[in-house]
Amino acid sequence: MSISLKNISKSYNKVSALQNITFNVEKGELFGLIGPDGAGKTTLFRILTTLLIANKGTASVAGFDVFKDYKQIRNNVGYMPGKFSLYQDLTVEENLNFFATIFGTTIEENYDLIKDIYVQIEPFKNRRAGKLSGGMKQKLALCCALIHKPKVLFLDEPTTGVDPVSRKEFWEMLKRLQKKGITILVSTPYMDEAALCDRIALIQDGEILEIDTPKEIVKHYPKAIYNVSANNMYKLIKCLKNYEFMYSVYPFGEFVHYTDKRDLFKPNDLIEFLKQNELQNIEISETQPTIEDTFMELAK
Amino acid sequence: MKRFIGFIEKEFYHIFRDKRSLFILFGMPIVQIMLFGFAITNEINNVDIAILNNSKDTKTEEIINKIASSKYFSVEDFIQNENEIEAIFKKGKVKAVLNFETDFSKKLITENNATVQIITDATDPNTANTISNYVSAILQNYSKTNNKNIKLAYQIVPKTRMVYNQELKSVFMFVPGVMTIILMLVSAMMTSISITREKELGTMEILLVSPLKPFQVIIGKVVPYIFLSIINAIVIIVLSMFVFKMPVEGSLFLLGAESILFIITSLSLGILISTVSATQQTAMMISLMALMLPVILLSGFIFPITSMPVPLQILSNIIPAKWFIIIIKGIMLKGIGLTFIWKETLILVAMTLFFIVVSIKKYKIRLE
Amino acid sequence: MKEETVIKVENLTKQFGDFTAVNAISFEVKKGEIFGFLGANGAGKTTAMKMLIGISNPTSGEAEVASFNVYKNPNSIKKNIGYMSQKFALYDDLTVKENITFFGGIYGLTRKQINEKRQLLVEELGLQEIVNNLVSSLPLGWKQKIAFSVALLHNPKIVFLDEPTGGVDPITRRQFWEMIYKTANQGTTIFVTTHYMDEAEYCDRVSIMVNGKIEALDTPKNLKEKYKAKSMNDVFLKLARG
Repeated sequence: MSISLKNISKSYNKVSALQNITFNVEKGELFGLIGPDGAGKTTLFRILTTLLIANKGTASVAGFDVFKDYKQIRNNVGYMPGKFSLYQDLTVEENLNFFATIFGTTIEENYDLIKDIYVQIEPFKNRRAGKLSGGMKQKLALCCALIHKPKVLFLDEPTTGVDPVSRKEFWEMLKRLQKKGITILVSTPYMDEAALCDRIALIQDGEILEIDTPKEIVKHYPKAIYNVSANNMYKLIKCLKNYEFMYSVYPFGEFVHYTDKRDLFKPNDLIEFLKQNELQNIEISETQPTIEDTFMELAK
Repeated sequence: MKRFIGFIEKEFYHIFRDKRSLFILFGMPIVQIMLFGFAITNEINNVDIAILNNSKDTKTEEIINKIASSKYFSVEDFIQNENEIEAIFKKGKVKAVLNFETDFSKKLITENNATVQIITDATDPNTANTISNYVSAILQNYSKTNNKNIKLAYQIVPKTRMVYNQELKSVFMFVPGVMTIILMLVSAMMTSISITREKELGTMEILLVSPLKPFQVIIGKVVPYIFLSIINAIVIIVLSMFVFKMPVEGSLFLLGAESILFIITSLSLGILISTVSATQQTAMMISLMALMLPVILLSGFIFPITSMPVPLQILSNIIPAKWFIIIIKGIMLKGIGLTFIWKETLILVAMTLFFIVVSIKKYKIRLE
Repeated sequence: MKEETVIKVENLTKQFGDFTAVNAISFEVKKGEIFGFLGANGAGKTTAMKMLIGISNPTSGEAEVASFNVYKNPNSIKKNIGYMSQKFALYDDLTVKENITFFGGIYGLTRKQINEKRQLLVEELGLQEIVNNLVSSLPLGWKQKIAFSVALLHNPKIVFLDEPTGGVDPITRRQFWEMIYKTANQGTTIFVTTHYMDEAEYCDRVSIMVNGKIEALDTPKNLKEKYKAKSMNDVFLKLARG
């Protein structure tokens, strides 16, 4: 077991940030912590990286206790905080060199591990880190977190504020790192990134809602979901919310995700109801639940 | 060790890439010493005065000539009656009026006693005081040369002699003060800002989650500023020696050693500030408010400690700058050695140790 | 209803020295439309938006916002638009009430109007309990809903939203979009700049900027069909990777 948490709780001035968090991450697993801002993800990361002490519970990383063996943990993990935390006035190469030195290693020694990523930013190695684009910064930060060949990698919202192209590349890199045996704990507020993890924990308001593989999690969704669309989105949502058999109504891009209270739902009944309310171009079709649907159902 | 050197290297990158701070760092001492040396001074030069001469005879003309020919005064105006005195002060240019009584020569010769009234503009009391002293001195001098032949019974002539700063040059007073302020500010403010900057940027988080030990981070932050402050100290001493002809009577080596001690005191104070402040802004405010003002007001740099109310006199003892000013004044002006200032030195050493111990106790190996 | 054009842009260009940040873009936005303005970091979105809200002068081209010309009447534009960004929305150290009063004040509302608006807002959003709380004590979702309402205080014709829902929990986020739908339904145009592609799915029409040019402009549905993609994210990846 690479990361193990048991009943971890943490509060700041009586405001509870984490409550009884328990889960394990296997060696070499890519584990995702999925939840919105303020869910407690960062607090959890800081406890695991020995920066904060939990009020209750125990946790270990790479076999070391987060409280007693904090020094060993600091030697064995790579950490990329949510905020871009490199020296903006140092160049790409200087940043990497600095982090290599303070971990007592050199760029050459572990070049294999970062090679894939570093070649993409190498053309800019004499540029100051502050002048890099968002995607480049993430890549550099990842290189710096990897330079000492950590056993466990903690990435706190690495893709926030990064455009889709860079995000995709970033996840591809994580997959490759995973193959090299590094355990990765990554957090993200984006539900669509959850599918790229081996297992995920859905977290909200300091509590874990569910832990499983992305495929299993959506199977837990208790109802059939329907995509509903019509000519006026605002009226459609309003009407659906007034429908007596409505169980849940959530706008979902160009559609509304609708679930019904009854076991036997006849779409035509709903179409009739919407027509009576002067909606046109009504379409209803069954669809697959997403992780976001599951999240909302659980967080309700 | 390699880690540590890597850390210091990084600190130097930060310092040399931030051109603006670097300019302030090295520009400030030069500007300050020049300001204090040239512009702010207790001496008087070419003060404008006005004369109200009610007798207009040979003696008064002689005296007026003597005063006008001195480098301290220039006669700006002659007024005709006492009503004009207030008007001329209100204009602001004239700082003093000499009022010679009627029949000055006659009285001086027949009665051996004539009066000159010195009226000064005391909106600036220090200057007013100095002016009246200077005028009195000239008058005394005049009467002495005129009365060489007359022997008076029982005359006590007090002769004051100022030692260690015989010309009463105010720059000699200011150099130690300015040097103290600059070393204090540069060392304390810069280190506290550079540590809190890492907290603000979030890089402190990464440094904490690394095998670097707390004391390595702290010492790594301090070493570059020791170098910079030493350079500053040298610049100030050289400037004061060659531009203001300030003597260094005592040992240069001792002066250097004491300066380094004070730099380290200030640096440890800076570290202490950084452990209690979370942002650069707070660090800067604390450095300015808690360091600069007391250093200027309570260290004896501008206002003599002996003329302060007792509570403030006691308070001044906890200001490191006070002790350093005593030390460098002693070395530079009096030329004394360690045997006379070991007590002050010991106080600084004790303060430094105290700051360091508290800082290390307060330095967090975690975020809270 | 959707006939009136409220934003009209023709060959709008902005150059910084040799670098063309925005390269002759043209588009129109109708009244009551939710228009998504997408692009990667550095694609020129922000520069283009700055020109539209009257805080940056174009190098060439024409643009009219709320029927005012961006060269001649930038100040009239500012009076007729609302703006909300995820980075800065409300003053954290002021209460909700103080924020509303302040922002109402800078848009020239009278005391009376501000008070009426505030009461309306408090009722609609159910703020009774928190109206005197500091904004910093509120959850992110609340802040964003209030910020959006504050941007609407002066009944602007167009609201510019800069990455409005990044990081918000899914339920609050949907409540937020319901507010947007409602606002648009009342005739206010919504202009959303974002690089979060799931936000794009909610828009009536989206434009995608790549290297200073608009490479695609259509409804999300049509774009997905055209690029044979499952989501806007895939559309974007195909466009941006060329």
